[in-house]
Amino acid sequence: MRDRLNSGSNNRDASAVRTSGGETAVRAIATLTAALVALPVISIVVLAAQPVPDLWPHLISYVLPGTLFDTLALLAGVAALTLAIGAGTAWLVTAHDFPGRGLLIWLMPMPLAIPTYIAAYVYVDLFEPLGLAHKMLGALMPMQQAAQWLPQLRSLPGAIFIIGLVLYPYVYLSARAMFQTQGLDALEAARVLGARPWAIAWRVTLPMARPALAVGLALVSLETLNDIGASEYLGVRTFTVSIFNTWLNRSSLPGAAQIAVLALILVALLVVLERQGRHHRTYAGAENPRTIRRRRIDGAKGWLATVVCLLPAVLGFAVPLLFLIRESLRRGLADHSRAALIADTLHSLSYAAIATLIALLLGLAVVLASRWRPGRLRTALGTIARAGYALPGLVLALGLLAPLLAVDNAANALARVTGLAAPGLLLIGSGAAVVIAYVVRFLAVPAGFIEAGFARIPRDYDDSAAISGASRLTTLRKVHLPLLTPALIGAAIIVFVDCLKELPATLLLRPMNVETLATSIYQYASRGSFEDGALAALLIVAASIGPVAWLARFSDVPDGPA
Amino acid sequence: MSNHHPARAALMFCAILFSAAPALAQSGEVNVYSYRESKLVQPLFDAFTKDTGIKVNIVSASSGLEQRIKTEGASSPADVLLTVDIGRIDEAVAAGISQPIKSEAVTKAVPAQYRDPNDNWTGISMRARVIYASKERVKQDAITYEELADPKWKGKICIRSGQHIYNNALFAAYLAHHGEAKTEEWLRGVKANLAQKPSGGDRETARDVAAAKCDLGIGNTYYWALMMNKDADKKPWAEATRVVLPTFAGGGTHVNLSGVLLIKTAPNRANGVKLIEWLLGDTAQQLYADANYEYPVRAGVAINPTIAGYGTLNPDKLPIADIAKQRKAAAALVDKVGFDN
Repeated sequence: MRDRLNSGSNNRDASAVRTSGGETAVRAIATLTAALVALPVISIVVLAAQPVPDLWPHLISYVLPGTLFDTLALLAGVAALTLAIGAGTAWLVTAHDFPGRGLLIWLMPMPLAIPTYIAAYVYVDLFEPLGLAHKMLGALMPMQQAAQWLPQLRSLPGAIFIIGLVLYPYVYLSARAMFQTQGLDALEAARVLGARPWAIAWRVTLPMARPALAVGLALVSLETLNDIGASEYLGVRTFTVSIFNTWLNRSSLPGAAQIAVLALILVALLVVLERQGRHHRTYAGAENPRTIRRRRIDGAKGWLATVVCLLPAVLGFAVPLLFLIRESLRRGLADHSRAALIADTLHSLSYAAIATLIALLLGLAVVLASRWRPGRLRTALGTIARAGYALPGLVLALGLLAPLLAVDNAANALARVTGLAAPGLLLIGSGAAVVIAYVVRFLAVPAGFIEAGFARIPRDYDDSAAISGASRLTTLRKVHLPLLTPALIGAAIIVFVDCLKELPATLLLRPMNVETLATSIYQYASRGSFEDGALAALLIVAASIGPVAWLARFSDVPDGPA
Repeated sequence: MSNHHPARAALMFCAILFSAAPALAQSGEVNVYSYRESKLVQPLFDAFTKDTGIKVNIVSASSGLEQRIKTEGASSPADVLLTVDIGRIDEAVAAGISQPIKSEAVTKAVPAQYRDPNDNWTGISMRARVIYASKERVKQDAITYEELADPKWKGKICIRSGQHIYNNALFAAYLAHHGEAKTEEWLRGVKANLAQKPSGGDRETARDVAAAKCDLGIGNTYYWALMMNKDADKKPWAEATRVVLPTFAGGGTHVNLSGVLLIKTAPNRANGVKLIEWLLGDTAQQLYADANYEYPVRAGVAINPTIAGYGTLNPDKLPIADIAKQRKAAAALVDKVGFDN
C-alpha cells in the first residue's frame, strides 16, 4: 500500500520506478552515513572554534610558510612519481605483452601491503651510512669514499621517493581498470591511423583515463597528507606534523584543530578544482567492454619493459619484505609470545574485516542514493561521506571521542533511569570505536570505487530494467552488482589492507588489554628498535598479500588475442 | 535477500567483540592508561599482580590519552596515567583530570624536585638528555649545554627534531635557566652548528656520529644502553661513541621524568594509590629502571651498571614542574629560529 502512495509522488522523477521499503532504507542509510562522517568533522570544527590568541601570528610568521612549502612539494613530488610509475606501468602491462608480464601483474600492486612508516625505516636503515648499501659499496672502495655515494634519504626528495614507491599502486590499480575496458574504438582508430604507441598513450589513453587517474591520485595525495610516521622520521614538515606539534608542544588543541580544518579546506578545494576541470566532459563508458588487444614487445625493448615494471615492485615491495623477513628470522620469536601474536593478528583481522564490510555497504548506499535520485543534496551527502579520508587518523580519532562517548554516556544515563546495570563504555570499551573510526576514515575508498563503477554503467540499463518492471533493488541485484563486482572487490581489498595498516586511530581508540599488529609494531618502534617488531610487520604484509594478489588477478581480464 | 548473510556474520562478529569489553570498576583491578608501551611495563605489572593479587588492565598510546580520559568523564575506567615525559604530565594536570595522591609513602620515597607541589603526580624514573660523543674525534670530557652553541662545533652536531618532546623539555630547561633572549641566541648557535637538518631518532643520531657525519649527537641515556646491550646490529654505533653527561654551566644534567598521575574519576582509587606506592618500592624501582635503562627516582636504589658507567649523574636542581611551565615558550622559539628547517 505504502509503495503505491510513494510511487505516486515519484512520478515527477523522470526515471522513477516503484519505490520499495528497501529503497527508503537505502536512502536513510545514506543520510545516516553522511551524518556519521560529519560527526568527527563537526567536533573538530567545534574544537577549532575556540579562540587561540597569539597562535596564528606565530604560525604565519614561522610555521606555515615552511609547512606549506614542504607539504605542497611533497604532494606534487609524490603525485608526479606515482603518476609516472602507476600510469606508465599500468599502460605497459595492459596494452602490451613482454617477458614476465604474467608475474608482474601480481607483483605491481604489492607495495600496498607495506605501510609508509615501515618503508621509511627500512630504507633509512639500508641506505644510511654503516648500512647494508654502505657495506656493499665498501667492498669496492674505501668506506669514506663509499659514504659519498649514499643518497640523502632523510630529506624532501627522499620522502618523495619512499612514499611514492609504496603508494603508486593506488594509481596503478585505478588506471589499469580504466585502460582495460575504455574507449577501445578510439584506441583502435588511432592504431589504424598509424599513431605511434606513445602518441596513443599520451593523446588518447591518458586523457580518457583522467577520471580514474584522478581517483588514484586523490587516494595517494590524501595518504601522503595524512602520513605522520614517515614524514616526521624523514624530517619533512607536513601539515600533519604541524598539527601534532601545535597540539602536543605548542599546547594548543584548538590551534591544532584549526590547522586541521585549514588542511581540510585545502583538500576540499583540490577536489572541487578537479571536478571543475572535468565538468562538461564525457568519458567513455562500458558500452564496448571488449578486451584490449595487447601489442607484443619483442627483444631488448621487451626486456626493458620488464625492468621498468619490475623496478618499482622490487623497491616498493621486495626490498622491505626481504628486510622484514631477515630481521624476523634473526630475532625469531624471542621477544614475542606466540599466543599474544595470534591474539594481535585476530584483533587486526576482525576489526579490518568488520570495518571493510560496513564501509562497503555504507559506500554502496551513499552512491545508490545519488544514482537513484541525482540532485545537489545527494551529491553533498556523497561528498560529506568521503571527508573522513581527508583527516589525519589521530585527528579523526580525537574528533570521534566526543560523539562516541556521548553515546556511551547516554547509554549509562538511560541505564540509570531504567534501573538496569550500567553498560560502561559501550563503544569505546568494546572495539566498536575502532571499527567506526576505520569506516569513517576509509569510506571514501568504496564510495569512490563504486561511483566510478556506476559511472560506467549506462543509465539506459536502469531504464530498460525499469520498463520491464524490475524494482530498483532487483535492478541493483541483477544488473548493477554483477557489473560492479570488480569495483567492490577492489574497494574491499584496499579498505581491508588500509585498516590493517592504520595506526594512530587504533592506538587511541582501542579497548584496554587489546593490541593489534600495527599497535604491536608501534610498541617496538617507539623504543627506537622497530626491527624487533619485524615479525608483526611481516604478519601485516602476509595478511595483505593474499587480498592484493586476488585484486591483481581480478584486474586482469582473460587473455585477448595477442 | 542476498544481503542477509554478511549482515548476520557481522552481527556475530560484533557480539564477539562486545563481549570482550572489560568490566568497569571491580575490586581487585586497576586500570592503567599508559604512554609507556604496554610490552615494556607488562612484566612489572605482572610482578605487581603477583604481590598484591590486583589485576592490571592497560591501554597504551602515543598521544591523546588525556583527551580520552577527559571525554570519558565520569564513566572513565582510568585509575592512573603513566607518562614518559613531563610534557604529558603537564597537559594532564592542565586538563584537570588528576587528583592529589595523598600518600605518605610517596612523599617519603620521592625527592620534592621530582614530585608535583600539588601532589597530582610523581616521577617514577628518570632519563637524562646527554651527548653521544665520537670516541675518535672528541677528546673533551666535560661539555656544557651552553657550549653546544660554540662555533668550534660548527657542522659537528646531530640532533632529532627540535619539536620532539625530549628536545622540547631540554630547551624548556634551558629557558628556565637563562630566559628567552639568551635561549633564542643559544638555539640559533646550536642550529648553526648542526651537520644536517634535524630528523630521525636518537639512535640515528648515534649512527650519524659513528658514520662521521658529525662529532656530537644529542640523545637520551637509555638509547645508548639499549644499542650497547640489546641490539647486535646497533652495537657498533654505541661503541663508536661515548656518553658525556653534559651540565648547565654551574648546574646539573637535564633529566626528564617518567611519571604517574592519579585520575580524578578513578573508580579504583585505592588500588591506583597502591600501584603508585608499589612502583616506588625498592623492588619495582630496580625492576623498572633496569628494564628501561633509566635512573630510579628513589635514592639508594642500585643503578644499572651500563648507565652507571656514564659517570655520576648530577641531575639539574630545577624542579621539573618549573621546566614544564616553559614547554610552550620553548616550542615557539624552535619555530622562531627555524630549528627544524
